[in-house]
Formats: sequence, structure tokens, C-alpha cells
Amino acid sequence: MTVIEGESGPWELVIGLEVHAQVISETKLFSGAATAFGAAPNSQVSLVDAAMPGMLPVLNEVAVEQAVKTGLGLNAEINLTLVFERKNYFYADLPQGYQISQYLHPIVGAGKVTLDLEDGTTREVGIERLHLEQDAAKLLHDQHPTQSYVDLNRAGVILMEIVSKPDMRSAEEAGAYLRKLRSILRYLGSCDGNMDQGSMRADVNLSIRRPGDPLGTRTETKNVNSIRFVQQAIEAEARRQIELLEEGGTVVQETRLFDPNRGETRSMRSKEEAHDYRYFPDPDLLPLKLDPAWVAEIEAGLPELPDAKKARFMSDHGLSAYDAGVLVAELETANFYEAVVAGKRDPKQAANWMTGSFFGALNRSSLPLAEAPVQAAALGELIDLVSDGTISGRTARDVFEAMWESGKSAAAIVEEKGLKQISDSGALEAVVDAIIAANPEQVAQLQGGNQKVIGWFVGQVMKETKGQANPGMVNKILKEKIG
Amino acid sequence: MSDLTKATMAEARDLLQGGKVSARELTEAHVAAVEAARPLNAFITETPEIALKMADASDARRARGETKGALDGLPLAIKDLFCTEGVLTTAGSHILAGFKPPYESTVTRNLWEAGAVMLGKTNMDEFAMGSSNMTSHYGKVENPWRRQGDNRALVPGGSSGGSAAAVAARCALGATGTDTGGSIRQPAAFSGIVGMKPTYGRCSRWGIVAFASSLDQAGPLTRKVRDAAIMLGGMAGHDAKDSTSVDRPVPDYEAALTGDIRGLKVGVPKEYRIDGMPAEIDGLWQQGIDWLTAAGAEAVEVSLPHTKYALPAYYIVAPAEASSNLARYDGVRYGLRVPADSLDEMYEATRGEGFGAEVKRRVLIGTYVLSAGYYDAYYNKARRVRSLIARDFAEAYEKVDVLLTPTAPSAAFAIGEKMDDPIAMYLNDVFTVPASLAGLPGISVPAGMSAEGLPLGLQLLGRAFDEETLLRAAGVLEEAAGFTALPQFLAGEPS
Repeated sequence: MTVIEGESGPWELVIGLEVHAQVISETKLFSGAATAFGAAPNSQVSLVDAAMPGMLPVLNEVAVEQAVKTGLGLNAEINLTLVFERKNYFYADLPQGYQISQYLHPIVGAGKVTLDLEDGTTREVGIERLHLEQDAAKLLHDQHPTQSYVDLNRAGVILMEIVSKPDMRSAEEAGAYLRKLRSILRYLGSCDGNMDQGSMRADVNLSIRRPGDPLGTRTETKNVNSIRFVQQAIEAEARRQIELLEEGGTVVQETRLFDPNRGETRSMRSKEEAHDYRYFPDPDLLPLKLDPAWVAEIEAGLPELPDAKKARFMSDHGLSAYDAGVLVAELETANFYEAVVAGKRDPKQAANWMTGSFFGALNRSSLPLAEAPVQAAALGELIDLVSDGTISGRTARDVFEAMWESGKSAAAIVEEKGLKQISDSGALEAVVDAIIAANPEQVAQLQGGNQKVIGWFVGQVMKETKGQANPGMVNKILKEKIG
Repeated sequence: MSDLTKATMAEARDLLQGGKVSARELTEAHVAAVEAARPLNAFITETPEIALKMADASDARRARGETKGALDGLPLAIKDLFCTEGVLTTAGSHILAGFKPPYESTVTRNLWEAGAVMLGKTNMDEFAMGSSNMTSHYGKVENPWRRQGDNRALVPGGSSGGSAAAVAARCALGATGTDTGGSIRQPAAFSGIVGMKPTYGRCSRWGIVAFASSLDQAGPLTRKVRDAAIMLGGMAGHDAKDSTSVDRPVPDYEAALTGDIRGLKVGVPKEYRIDGMPAEIDGLWQQGIDWLTAAGAEAVEVSLPHTKYALPAYYIVAPAEASSNLARYDGVRYGLRVPADSLDEMYEATRGEGFGAEVKRRVLIGTYVLSAGYYDAYYNKARRVRSLIARDFAEAYEKVDVLLTPTAPSAAFAIGEKMDDPIAMYLNDVFTVPASLAGLPGISVPAGMSAEGLPLGLQLLGRAFDEETLLRAAGVLEEAAGFTALPQFLAGEPS
């Protein structure tokens, strides 16, 4: 448990997140309009999205399938009866004057997500529910000095609202939760998780309490659009609540906004100003009954998810929890790693390469994985050259950097630069003999029991062979001759 | 009134099919009738050019030896709740000022694809909220009927009042209506014509301006039961764009009119004998039972015990849905916008000016019954009542095939009457609302005259999707009643 020491004693944070995840689908929740990101304003709008008179919603079945898939991926209950309800309020970004959402009968009930924390431990966060709803339109306030414009492209796009239980206790845990959730959604292909494009947004519910006390009054900070901002918002809001309570004030239940430029949250509307949404079942849509066999079919078709993959990497590949966690975080990284191993190479070697030189180069270059100049097969070949003794591990790191720079294969670089390791015992013996002959003083030290000097001899051999001597063989020959 | 406008829809069809008359001649006669009937204010928009173009296309088809079916070349009026592509569609409201939809409702598209001809868009209570056609932004509609010895104008009923008046005055062979709680059946009864609300889900709601989505259903207003059968066949059908539309084949409704109801069990619900019902309506009801039993049917008294809760439940459910359905009229995208300094003020100014008093009343009621703290007491209780009412009907239909009731508790009333008492106005729907809540089909047939010389209707209710039995029984009732009286106002004739 993370506690924050205030002036009057320790405080514990209680955090729950409501994540709005845009579902991957060609069309919207209740209309056939397209959903591509970045299209010209109002170019992806159907009569239904614009709430023209007499228009009716027709449910897009892809949405139901994606939600069921996601629910299963979150180890959650799937509710076989789903009802869409209208959430009524007026705003310019809401053409119908109501959002079609789910209220009493969400498609997915309680589930759980396992967080992988920095120290390699795990922690469970409960999922309260997941429901489907329509996204709102986008208001453009910068197009005209006194008027706002409405872009309906996003109106009616499919969202899953994923509500966690108030199980998180720190900004770090909230970050880990969002990363894990995003990873699961990407594995499932139900949401691309691109927060910079608005595909995932989070509302942060936060309260503080003395450890062991009942829950305090919470605030909801709306629409935070990056993991970093979520963590900053939590820290800012926690600080604000602690200061408030330590000064003898009280936290007011309200909706707040996070201002990333000023690093603070500010009040949007209080509980008294909260809307009465007057939810009621949408009479344009009949309740839907899901066939358990269909749900079972989706379940059978689920891909291997991050937790299962991590467990397999640990048990079958012998990787550490930390390395396995790092490798499974993104599906394409895990796939890359498995392509390097290719069922034949040493998984630990592959993992070390991935988490070491490879990630280092990738981060420096800021390239996406798919565009890395060294792809899985090429990295595999490099590892093979080490395994079969063609080059040393030390040389291999240089070869890797050269591969990254040039895009050439490991074999080509080794050949070109003459980096092949000398494993010819005759040639190495000659070098060793010459060095022994030239350095009687060090030979005497070694024979006198100073084992450290052996390292000096290896160094001399390496120097003489420009680093290409096989270090194992050099050691062996040295020991035979003067050990 | 020309002979061509006197014809029933079936007769006009036969004339067209026999080559005795062209669609153009038939349409020209009706276009003239629409013009002549302007004093009734039955139309918000007349579309004579469109009508003649459609008629010419029909004649051209027929000349090639082709036809699109029973409705090919027949001029119809369309309630202004149906969106018609490129033609002003108002729902009787100022808030849809200037709104010309870029799309065609499924029901009207079906009609045009069956070859029907559009005469224009008929007046109606604003957003279909009313039983008198007095709430229209485009002014009241006059009933073509008058009381004997009393020249005061009467209401045609509502909300499909313009459609009913147009058909009764012989401006159109038939008209579309919509029925949420009685909006086809009650004006049909007030105007001496046939009005049918099919089963919920039988006609697509796509492109019909929504009032209360779980209740709204389109249907025909015609002068004859046979015409209703013909027209319903052209309107009905599954529509993938309406999730509540039902995917089942559309039968040949006209073929159901065999005239044979021997052995049919006709239920008479005892709870419909309400206090204060005029004796002449009670008498007509008994007369109707006698007519049907004389034709070989068996009358059975049944009980629909939750009937008295239907009207209050309806006036919770319908406004609740309406309060949400009408939220889209916000001045942002189409229709009226009253500019103001802020978004909220623009909403208030636009909706304040755009909606009439009855619409505002129902939006307020609907908002109230859905609010936190009142939801269970009103909305949820009304939904439970609704299931009980549906169960009442289901139990009755285990014993009987159709139910016979009066359509409305009175004949047409004068313009200005009942206007200061919304509850008295709501009572017009007392016999029509229960079947609406249960989603069941109903038809009103002109069956007799009041002492004041006004038409009275009887209502038959049927099982879900059993419009055929309902039409067959209605045909026998119509035949027995032999209703031939004509309204005082007939298009193109001195009244």
C-alpha cells in the first residue's frame, strides 16, 4: 500500500477509472457511416447520426461481438440480455438530445485485470462493468470568433465504457492498469488504444482517506487523454484533496477537468448541477438476447492474452517475470521475440538481446517496431553467430549496431569487417607462446599464485588479435601452458 | 364533386385496370377537389405537379402493358408526419419550419413503388399530439360534417384530422395516418370513414417523425373496408432500417374479405361500458353485436380488468418517450432556429417559439415522469400496467377472435369545445388507447348516425398480426351497417 505522508499523518489514495475505448469497427454503433480517423469534418455522417426526424438506430452486430470478446478478455461475466437505454441531456455535440447507452443491463459484468508492477509483482484490479454507448460529436471552437462549429464524424462511433472498481492506490498503479488494459484491448483487436487519436480516454475517480478508514468523498476528473496525464491528474488532485482536508476543509463531490499546462484540476460542475439523465429503455431498439453458443464460439476463438503469454514465457522459456512482462506488453513485441526464438534459439539469449541492445536502439531511433532496420530473422542470425562461436558476444554488440546503421545482415558485416573469431588453436597457441616469451615477469607472478594475471594475458592476446580471438580457447591454452 | 372523386379506391382501381379512365383524369379530378376543399384546411402542402407527374408515369406504364399493382395510379393524401423527399414535412409544428427531408419514409416509398400518386401533405395535430386537430401550427381543420340545424364547424378528430377530412370530403381516395393512442381510429369515426391501425411492427416507422416510438404505427384512412385492405397491403412490410418492424410476409388483405364470419367469436369487453357514455353510442354498440351475430358470429362477454388504467398509463408512457424524441428539435441542424447569445438560450428561444402549448405540456409531463425520484412511481408503474393490459388482451384472445367496442365516447365536437380541459380531451382516446398499449391492430368502421346527424364509429380489435380476421369482420360490419350518409361539405359541391 502506498501512503502519502501529509503534515497531519498518512493518506491513502483510492482510485477508480472509467475508460472510454473506441471499438474497432468499419461503421458506427447504430448507423452505417464510416469511422476512419482524420476524415474531413462532417464527411462521415449518416441521417441517423445527424438525428434527422424519423431516423431509427439499427444495432451494428460488430459492436456486440467486440464487447463480448473484450468482456471475455477481462475475465468478466457476459450478460446474455442486453438493453440499450437513452441518456437524456442537451448539448450541441449530442444531435439526438440523448446518448444511446446501457444502464441497468450492461453487456459485461464483473471481471478483473492483473497489473504488472515495476518491481515484477502483480496486483489485481476489479472490473465493475463494461457497456456499449455512442460517442458524441466534436465541437470546433477555433473556426469562428463568436460561433462554434459541430463535426458529426465522431457522433455515434462505438465506445466501450470500461469501469474499474476503486482498487488502485497510486498514480503508478493507475498507469499500470491503463497500460495493461490497452495491451489486452490491442491483443483482442477490439480497440487500437491510440490515446493521441482519442481512441482511449479516461475519467479518474479519486478520493483520499486515512489508511483503514471508510471511503472519502470522491471527485471525477473527466476525459484525460494520455497515461501520463492520468498520472499527473491523480497526483495533482490527490495533492489538492490532501491540502484541503489538512486545512480543515471538505472535499465536494463534483466533476473536474485536468489542465495539463498548469498541472492542476479545476471544477467543471458540482453535484447540484449534475444532470438528471432520465435513463429509460430506448423504444427504438428491442432488448437483445445473446445465444450462449455464440458467446462460447467467441471465447474459443480468443487469442492468447498477455497474462497467458507471460506465464508461458516464464515456464516454457525460463524468462524472469520482469523480462516476460516487458516482452508481452505489446503483442507485436511478443510476436517479434517469438520470431527471434523461432522455436530453435535460446529464449534467454533472445530475451536479453530484445531487452538490451534492441530496445536501446529502438528507443534511440524512435521508430515503430515494424520499421526497425533489424528485423527478427536478422537478429536471430546474429544470435546464431554467437552461439556457433563465429563471433564473440562483445563483437556481436558491435555487429548489431552496424546492422542497425546499415541494414545489412550479421554475416555480411562479420565478413566485410573481418570480425570472425579466431578459433584456430594452432594460430592462437603461436600468439600465446610469443606473449609468454616476451613477458617472463608476468609468467612468474602467475606461477607464484596470482591468478588475476591470467586476465592480463587474455587482454594481451585480444589486443594482438584485434579482439577476434575466441576468449574461451585463449583461457584454455593459457591454463595449459602456464596455469 | 365529380364522379371520379365519388368512387371508392377499389372502384377507381377497376376503372383504371379496365381502361375506362386514365390516372391523369383521376388525378386531375382529385387535384381539383383538393383545391376546392381548401376551406377545410385539410392540407398543409398541396403537390399537384408531383401528382400529375406520378399519374402520367402510371399511364405510361399501363400503356406499355405494365402495372405496379393494386395502387397504380390511385391518388392519396399523406399525413405530414411522413417524411417525403424534397417536399416540406412539418409534423404540424413551427419547429420544422422549412424542413424538406432529403429522404422518403419507408411507408410512402412503398406506396410510390406500388404506383400510388401523392396529392399533398395533410394537416395534423402538432407532432400527432391531440384528438381534435386543434394543436396544428398550420391552423385547425374543419370536419366536413355538420350537426343538423347547426352550422358551427366541428373538429375532424385527431391527430390524423387532415387525412380524415380529406378522405371524407372526397379529396383523396385514401390517406395515410399514424395512430399512437387512437389518432387514426378516432378521426375516422368523427369523419364517417374507415381507419385502421395495424399491429405494431407491421408498417415501418422509418422516416415517420416520431411521437412515442413504442406506440406509433402507420395505417390507412379510407372510405371502405376493402380500400383499407388494398392500401394496407401497399404500406406494410418488413424494413431492416426499423429494428421494431416485423419480418413476416404481407398477406393479400383484400382476399381476406370473404364476408363469411360464421363461427367467429366476438368479444364484448364489459369494462368498456363506461360511466356517462351516451345512450346512442351504447345502442349502436349493441346494434353492432346484433349485426355480427346475425351474420353467424357468436358474441361473448369478456373482461379486460385493467382497462381503466390504460389512459393514465398511456399519458405517462407516450409523453415520456415524446420528451426524449423531441429533444432533437434544438435549432442546431434543421428547422427553426431562434438566435440567442448562448447555446442554452438558443435552445430555450427555439423550443419556446417552435413548440405549441400541447407539445410543451407533454414534454414537461414526460420529463417529469422520467425524473429521478418520480421514475418508479410513474414511468415504471405505467410500464407494469402496460404489461397487465397486454395480458388482459392475451387472455381474452384465448376465448375470442376479435373484440367489438365503440371507437370514441362521443361524436365530433365543435371547434372550441373541450379546449380548456386537456383531461376531457384525453378521454377521447379511452377506447382506442388500450389496444395501442398492447400493440394490437384495430379498425374503426362508420356504423351509424348520432341524433345530431353525425357519424359514429364502431371499433374492432384483433390479435397481433391477424389483420385478415379483423378486416373480414369489419367488412361484414360495414355491410350490415350500410352507412351511406354523406357529409355536408363535399369537395367541389355547394354546401
